[in-house]
Amino acid sequence: MADSTQTPMFEIENLHASIEDKEILKGVNLTVNRGEIHALMGPNGSGKSTLAYVLAGHPAYEVTEGSIRFNGEDILEMEPDERARKGVFLAFQYPTVIPGVSMANFLRMAVTNVRNARAEEAAADGGVAQKMTPREFRRLMKEKMALLKMDDAFATRYLNEGFSGGEKKRAEILQMALLEPSMAILDETDSGLDIDALRVVSDGVNALAGPEMGLLVITHYQRLLNHIKPDFVHIMMNGRIVQEGGPELALELEAKGYETLRAEFAAN
Amino acid sequence: MVATPTAQVEIADYQYGFHDEEDYFFKGKRGLSREVVEQISTMKGEPAWMLEVRLKALDHFYKRPMPNWGADELKDLDFDSIFYYIRPSEKQGKSWDEVPAYIKDTFEKLGIPEAERKFLAGVGAQYESEVIYHSLREDLTKQGVIFTDMDSALRDHPDLVKQYFGTIIPANDNKFAALNTAVWSGGSFIYVPENVKIEIPLQAYFRINAENMGQFERTLIICAPGSYVHYVEGCTAPTYSTDSLHSAVVEIIVQEGARCRYTTIQNWSKNVYNLVTKRAAAYKNATMEWVDGNLGSKLTMKYPAVWMMEPGARGEILSVAFASDGQHQDAGGKVVHAAPNTSSQIVSKSISKGNGRSSYRGLVKVHKGAENVKSNVVCDALLLDETSKTDTYPYIEIEEERVSIGHEATVSKVAEEQIFYLQSRGLSEDEAMSMIVNGFIEPIAKELPLEYAVELNRLIQLEMEGSVG
Repeated sequence: MADSTQTPMFEIENLHASIEDKEILKGVNLTVNRGEIHALMGPNGSGKSTLAYVLAGHPAYEVTEGSIRFNGEDILEMEPDERARKGVFLAFQYPTVIPGVSMANFLRMAVTNVRNARAEEAAADGGVAQKMTPREFRRLMKEKMALLKMDDAFATRYLNEGFSGGEKKRAEILQMALLEPSMAILDETDSGLDIDALRVVSDGVNALAGPEMGLLVITHYQRLLNHIKPDFVHIMMNGRIVQEGGPELALELEAKGYETLRAEFAAN
Repeated sequence: MVATPTAQVEIADYQYGFHDEEDYFFKGKRGLSREVVEQISTMKGEPAWMLEVRLKALDHFYKRPMPNWGADELKDLDFDSIFYYIRPSEKQGKSWDEVPAYIKDTFEKLGIPEAERKFLAGVGAQYESEVIYHSLREDLTKQGVIFTDMDSALRDHPDLVKQYFGTIIPANDNKFAALNTAVWSGGSFIYVPENVKIEIPLQAYFRINAENMGQFERTLIICAPGSYVHYVEGCTAPTYSTDSLHSAVVEIIVQEGARCRYTTIQNWSKNVYNLVTKRAAAYKNATMEWVDGNLGSKLTMKYPAVWMMEPGARGEILSVAFASDGQHQDAGGKVVHAAPNTSSQIVSKSISKGNGRSSYRGLVKVHKGAENVKSNVVCDALLLDETSKTDTYPYIEIEEERVSIGHEATVSKVAEEQIFYLQSRGLSEDEAMSMIVNGFIEPIAKELPLEYAVELNRLIQLEMEGSVG
């Protein structure tokens, strides 16, 4: 095992990725450590969502160069489910509808898979393997649904089917709450949310974030960052991170707009 | 007793592919002839009129050409290689103790006696041509419910059988109905008296054991006015390299205000031709529901039908088919509106995988004068890969103007995005695929009693194994 106090938790290095032979990511470098909140901003088409997909292991993208290391381990060759079991989580911008599959059934399977994998890992390391019982699962699900102000009836609905924009995002954060990832990527979680829903979702994320979790918040707008306060802000353009700074960078960007930034970089 | 696992390589995914050594009381010759039909009738000690019915049906069978529609695989069916009658033991058991040990063993592996104890009001079990076990809860017997095998019914309730046998599906209806009428053996007979509602299901289980066996059970259900019954049948067979034939006829009469639900979870091995005619007549304000789960078999051609004979009748057909490698599921349903103010619904779901092929074939017919008919057909096909196939043959014959008919059909492929989404939540690719498929059939699974819904999901799980390359 790598010593987590020295090894960066989540380290993206010179990452290049293409879809259908078109290069989208052109050398991304980004490191997220435990307890840190990073914001990734950038105009449409700059590659933010591609980065999110590539980190989660979407099969349509081909990584042509670079590496992604999670607790020192290269995860590039891992299937998406293996990454998930290791603790990587992506909250989708457009969660997929799975007709006929109830939230509760889906969540139980996801949580059981992920937790059991972790329990086995803990056992392998000499710890105690604690598997979750159905009763514990139900209690946990209720607790987390309450946190996100979700009605009980939600559990019986089919996964993302007929969900409003806000319900979809809440459901994503509910999954995050139940899977307890150590590295969470939120892809435009604020899109399609009204002010109230934005607050509920952000409060939920803040309640989950903590010293053990690294968070990468992808957003187009500053407004989400009023609720989820980043420690670091990265700006992505044309497949690369072009500027980095503290929270003030997001405000600056909001004031200047992407066009100015684009012009600056075009000039360089 | 020995249950020999056969051809393990090929049947790894079919759990019921084992077979017993044959130790039969009587096994007829291969092939069909007048003598075979006479022999069956004699062995059963039937009344003369039934032999007459059989022989007439045999004529129909000979005269009738093979259907020129449907599946190409029909051409390969060799009637001469089939055994038309096998009687496994001399008599039927009233308790499982009386059933020959090797047969009991088989049914135990299939979970039947256990299911009876747990959640069934009555059970019938047919092995090859004969029903080897039958029981009905005592309180139902006292209420006048009859649940027995067709052979016993012919002996013990000849008037009822004579009154209804062949009235819903006459022998000359189609080639396979003719064949069944000529050589039928076993099947269930149910009579539910007026206003008796049987709250928990009755079940029959059909098992083919011998190679090249033909199973021709004949089922007749009569629901007297105001009654209710839910009948469930399950089917399995061993895996052989040559073909077996299952060709049943099911006739149902649902009288005024009665309701009948007939659920099939069929899981034949992949060498079985499954060519079944199922039809119900629903009278005034009566409801007939078919829930039809078709897994397994080499070729299934089955279109449960409801004829709505009087005003207020309702027909509902839920059909789910899974076509895996080497299988063709040609399934669907037929609704015939012969009276005004009748309504119907067909929901058909098919899943195809590998080089499997599923077809929806359905008929909506509205007779002249049947005003205010409502009918809705939904058929959804799901393809699991690039090689599987599906097609739709909806037939609509409307002779009346004041009707409301809906038809929608969808074909979808499992999307990469769906798999990725579920995988990103820790499900393996196989688990993700299974979950999507189970979700797809959920509208039908939720209509099943819990035990059968679990069974259906489990069977689909087995079919799904290794489906992801």
